[in-house]
Amino acid sequence: MGKRILFGIAAVFLVVAGAYASFYIAPTERTMGLIQRIFYFHAATAWAGETTFFVCFVANLLYIWKRDSKYDWLGVTCAEVGLVCITVVLITGPIWAHPVWGIWWTWDARLTSTFVLWLLYISYLLLRSLIEEPDRRALLSALFGVFAFLDVPLVFFSIRWWRTQHPAPVIMGGSGSGLDPTMNKVFFFNVLAMHVLLRF
Amino acid sequence: MSLLANTATLLGKELRTEFRSRELLTTTVVFILVVLILFSFAISPTAVESREFGPGLLWLAILFAASLMLQPCFLREQVNDTLSSLRLAVSDPFAIFLAKLLANTLFLLVTEILMLPLFAAFYNIPVLPQLHYLLLVLFLGSLGVSIAGTALSAISAQARMRELLLPLLLLPLLTPVLVVSATVSVSLLDREPVVQWKGIGFLAIFDLVFLTAVWLFGEYLLEE
Repeated sequence: MGKRILFGIAAVFLVVAGAYASFYIAPTERTMGLIQRIFYFHAATAWAGETTFFVCFVANLLYIWKRDSKYDWLGVTCAEVGLVCITVVLITGPIWAHPVWGIWWTWDARLTSTFVLWLLYISYLLLRSLIEEPDRRALLSALFGVFAFLDVPLVFFSIRWWRTQHPAPVIMGGSGSGLDPTMNKVFFFNVLAMHVLLRF
Repeated sequence: MSLLANTATLLGKELRTEFRSRELLTTTVVFILVVLILFSFAISPTAVESREFGPGLLWLAILFAASLMLQPCFLREQVNDTLSSLRLAVSDPFAIFLAKLLANTLFLLVTEILMLPLFAAFYNIPVLPQLHYLLLVLFLGSLGVSIAGTALSAISAQARMRELLLPLLLLPLLTPVLVVSATVSVSLLDREPVVQWKGIGFLAIFDLVFLTAVWLFGEYLLEE
């Protein structure tokens, strides 16, 4: 219990500090201006969401292997938290895109695959709500979770290669990409804050 | 060897069950036909547009039809509780999946081949010059649909609201198949046809990934 409260306090502190850093410490972007600051929140939440789905996938595999209900609970918790993160990403994305690109939505690889990811995990939770017997629900949803996770890279590459305005990757992209060092620090601080929040 | 022998026997059983009644094939053919006609009412395409959108619509119709056609695949076994006997009869449960997914691929291909002349006529797209490549794309796409669909129909058969659940689980999962098969078919049926080998390769990879997943996890899908 004590550990939980400590994590809670740390998470709130880090998120508040992350928000402060995004608004006051990070330099204002030259062309996009203030709206670019949403990036620290948007991308950090996206990374956090992807981490939870990965943990969900591992928990699903562990459940199939070990049949311990704690992995089932871990799986469903991760799916729910991940879904909240991705919902935030899908809301903050268009808020940024409208002033910068002039449109709310475009069918580009990352947007579309994030949206499909969101749909897949909605289906995952829906499937769970439609099976009553706990063991069966745990096993079948774990199996669907594994299939859904395997599908994500396929969705991403199919859309990247065959349909394609999302900004090119700026972190770990190629040469010529990259953020201002302060921006980078603020970004990774926010990523850390979001991950501590998840753990809570 | 026993896997192949078991699969062949079970495939024979699936085909016999279907060709006795021809329920699935008839309903799927009519369903695709209805969807194709409704699409052309909804967008009334010009000649250029129909080349651009027609193949995509055909694939969408195939996906919708498949999500309905794959329903009975495991449900049928539930009605007379034959699934447990099937499980006892074969040593490797993968044989059950392999037989069912091959049967489903075959049913889908038969409906597609029956639909192709009508599609060509309705949307005014000549399909004959590139028929062999088109059949390859139809085969790889349908195989992908059947592999993922058969596995998911084993899941949805055990849930409530299963008729609605299968399309909900299956259609988002099949996004890559739809995107790639539609794009490859559009460039095949273009005035200057191009064979997109990369796309055909991608479909094969999709099939392989999901076939491996079904091979690894199939036995858990059928657990009682």
